[in-house]
Amino acid sequence: MTQVVPPILSVTPSRALVDEKFKVLVENLPPGCPVTVRSLHHSEDKDDWEAYGHYVSDHSGVVSVSEDLSYGGTYTGKEPMGLLWSMRPVPGSRPGLRLRKMNVCTPMLVTVSVHSGHEGFRDQAPLASVLTERWYMAPGIRRININEQGVQGTLFIPPGPGPFPGLLDMWGGGGGLLESRAALLASHGYVSLALDYLGFDQESENLEFKYFETAFNIIKDHPQVMPDRVGIFGLSLGSLVAVTLAAYSTIVKPCCIVCISCNHYYPARGSTVTSKFEGVTRQLSKARVNEDNQVIWKDVALEFITDPSNIAEVGRINCPTLLVNGCDDQNWPTVETAEDVARLMREAGKEHLLSRLAYPDTGHLIEPPFSPHFRATTFVMRSSKEKVILLWGGQTKPHSDAQEDSWRKILSFLQFHLYCSPNLKAKI
Amino acid sequence: MDRKQCCVKLSVQPSRGLMDEKFIVLVQNALPGSQLTIRALHQCEDGHSWEAFGHYTADTTGTINVSEDPSIRGTYSGVEQMGLLWSLRPIPGSKPGLRMRKKNIQTPMEVTISVYQGHQTEGFADLVPLSGVVVERWYMAPGVRRIPVTEGGLTAALFLPLGPGPFPGLLDLYGLGGELVEYRAALLASHGFASMAIDYLTSKFTIETGKMVDRQYFETAYRVLQQHPQVCKSRIAMIGLSFGTSITLKMAIYSEIIKLSAAVCISGTHVQPVDGSVEEILRFPYKNVGKTRFSEKDEVICRDLMLPIPTDPSLKADVGRLQCPLLLLVGEDDQNWPTQESALNIKEMMAQAGNSHLLTVLSYPNAGHLIEPPYTPHTRSSNFRPAGMPEKVMCLWGGQTVEHSRAQEDAWKKILVFLRENLYGDRNPTLFSHL
Repeated sequence: MTQVVPPILSVTPSRALVDEKFKVLVENLPPGCPVTVRSLHHSEDKDDWEAYGHYVSDHSGVVSVSEDLSYGGTYTGKEPMGLLWSMRPVPGSRPGLRLRKMNVCTPMLVTVSVHSGHEGFRDQAPLASVLTERWYMAPGIRRININEQGVQGTLFIPPGPGPFPGLLDMWGGGGGLLESRAALLASHGYVSLALDYLGFDQESENLEFKYFETAFNIIKDHPQVMPDRVGIFGLSLGSLVAVTLAAYSTIVKPCCIVCISCNHYYPARGSTVTSKFEGVTRQLSKARVNEDNQVIWKDVALEFITDPSNIAEVGRINCPTLLVNGCDDQNWPTVETAEDVARLMREAGKEHLLSRLAYPDTGHLIEPPFSPHFRATTFVMRSSKEKVILLWGGQTKPHSDAQEDSWRKILSFLQFHLYCSPNLKAKI
Repeated sequence: MDRKQCCVKLSVQPSRGLMDEKFIVLVQNALPGSQLTIRALHQCEDGHSWEAFGHYTADTTGTINVSEDPSIRGTYSGVEQMGLLWSLRPIPGSKPGLRMRKKNIQTPMEVTISVYQGHQTEGFADLVPLSGVVVERWYMAPGVRRIPVTEGGLTAALFLPLGPGPFPGLLDLYGLGGELVEYRAALLASHGFASMAIDYLTSKFTIETGKMVDRQYFETAYRVLQQHPQVCKSRIAMIGLSFGTSITLKMAIYSEIIKLSAAVCISGTHVQPVDGSVEEILRFPYKNVGKTRFSEKDEVICRDLMLPIPTDPSLKADVGRLQCPLLLLVGEDDQNWPTQESALNIKEMMAQAGNSHLLTVLSYPNAGHLIEPPYTPHTRSSNFRPAGMPEKVMCLWGGQTVEHSRAQEDAWKKILVFLRENLYGDRNPTLFSHL
């Protein structure tokens, strides 16, 4: 029996950071051959995620995912990174899944394979497969558990002598300590502290504020950090912390802040961010549920923020601020929030400090590029432990484009404000 | 703290790559027109430190792109994208005669790349760099598996690509230094070939019995590879360097069992007693040991031991009988073996026999004997102990660093193309009809 030589599949680079592009190439196929290129990832939560595109090889027997058009699958058209951002749980998976890497010291492993045909491609074994590694940490990055002065989190330090600019990084109300973005920021040259801040049940607003200020100073006082180049990066509830620190703190002066899916709801002065969040989520239990049983917080939350006494005084912010939000955010009225922040800063004469990025058909969870989009996922309510499915919003393709575009611009914003431009002093 | 010092941003893309992949080293945010040194530092497995550096001037935007801008001076000069790797040499004060070869290929080679103020040439250990990054260089792509092979008395390691296969197979042989040298096989597996690195001089068999292996050992290796369920039985090639070439030619031409689809012979010769055992072939050059020469640094030059190329056909592998494509790689400054003269004679013999359409010769001026995968340092001479010999000698391999490094890069590219065409190539178009 003659053996058939398989096609040659390559993914270049085979090891990359999660925000780097790759080129997927299939060669040695017969010309005009229909094939499916598929990616498969087995997550830490033991779910399987996949993406695939249907292609036809050209006259030389080649399929180039970066150059050719996908005729169908989880993405269509010319999409070099479609095999990553269009990933979704394989059919038959439990609903409401979200892909998050908790252990950033190991890479995300993705198997890319090429299959014969389009319909029913899964029925046969793949013709070829390769494994690619997607890393959150560049080589040489140090990861340090922080548990000092009451602050808990994880610090990531780039290799090299430094000194480096610093970043305080906070995720949202989902809880748990997500290190992925801080690790990635460190890979771009920032000493980054992923801060664990929910559920500490601080006794008072003052004490909690102190917690954030202490965390900021841990970065600022680090021997490898430039003390006047420390910024704050927050998503969702984390952006509320960023905004309030920038507006109210007399102790910390962030060099710049990045707020993704900004939240400026700051009612009941005298209570902590955690308890405010609790309060909000309790009230949100009256939120609308759509026909897919997904909970939409946006409309109810919109009522909360219409009262000006419930809003953080963002006009007091004195540092460059970047707001990033999705126009299809169903979780928080971030479109209205961004407008409101712009208005308040304009009225305070601070408009020159504000930059805004708004993306159509994009949802609440704007993450680093090429990570899958989730329109709705399971969320555990902190106090009641009730499981609901929260609608975040966004359509996969525009949301993924937004992730890619915003990340590039966020890095550029951070580099501009935190890595000093060379001054032309004569002494060298 | 000098504020200016914090500005410089250094990045290497990709930060994790295969050994034969290029990278881009970029310095940004420097003072326009400032003089900077970019340096690479690597500590190898035996503890020695290797370094390379280039002197640059930042452009008007404060940027240096090593793949586009010239190094004015250093261990390399000119526009050399990969100069920081191929021009690595032992730091001043190191023991002479070192050679960089990675033994454990399951971990990456780590290189620290840093940028320093000014044009520095020495004393880097006492200077604080402006910035530094760590780069990983891997011999194994993700998913490639290393399988030790001891079947049939072999001392070998099989590297299998990921995937269902089947994959074309490769037998990989190094030279007289012996031991199991795995890095080239691991890298070839990363390019889709099921590659078996074979130790044929210091194998378990030889150590236990004191006897050298012979033809059967290599035929066993071939059989073991062929029988692997993920290997294409009819698409197996052999690649040899130095003495590995002698074995490759012997097997390709004379073995009844080994049927190669292609052969790659690097820095070798066809001069060998045709009816000799592997041991006899090995000992053959030593008959002329008196012809050993010495350079003015007292390095041993062995190339004359097999010169002149014999006219007696019983002393040359009959390349006219070859039935598979042969790729011959020649370093024209090879001081260890008479590679260039052999290649010329092989060409003549094949032209006479009518099979020269099978032959491709790649000849590189000023390249030496050790033509290795690209971006690893050139070794012009090193301390060498042939397996079974009691002493090390300082052996002159030859080659000039710049041209040798270019030769390694070009040769590797062409070896991969040659292997792909002959092992993955569509020799029978009807084979794909079932797709």
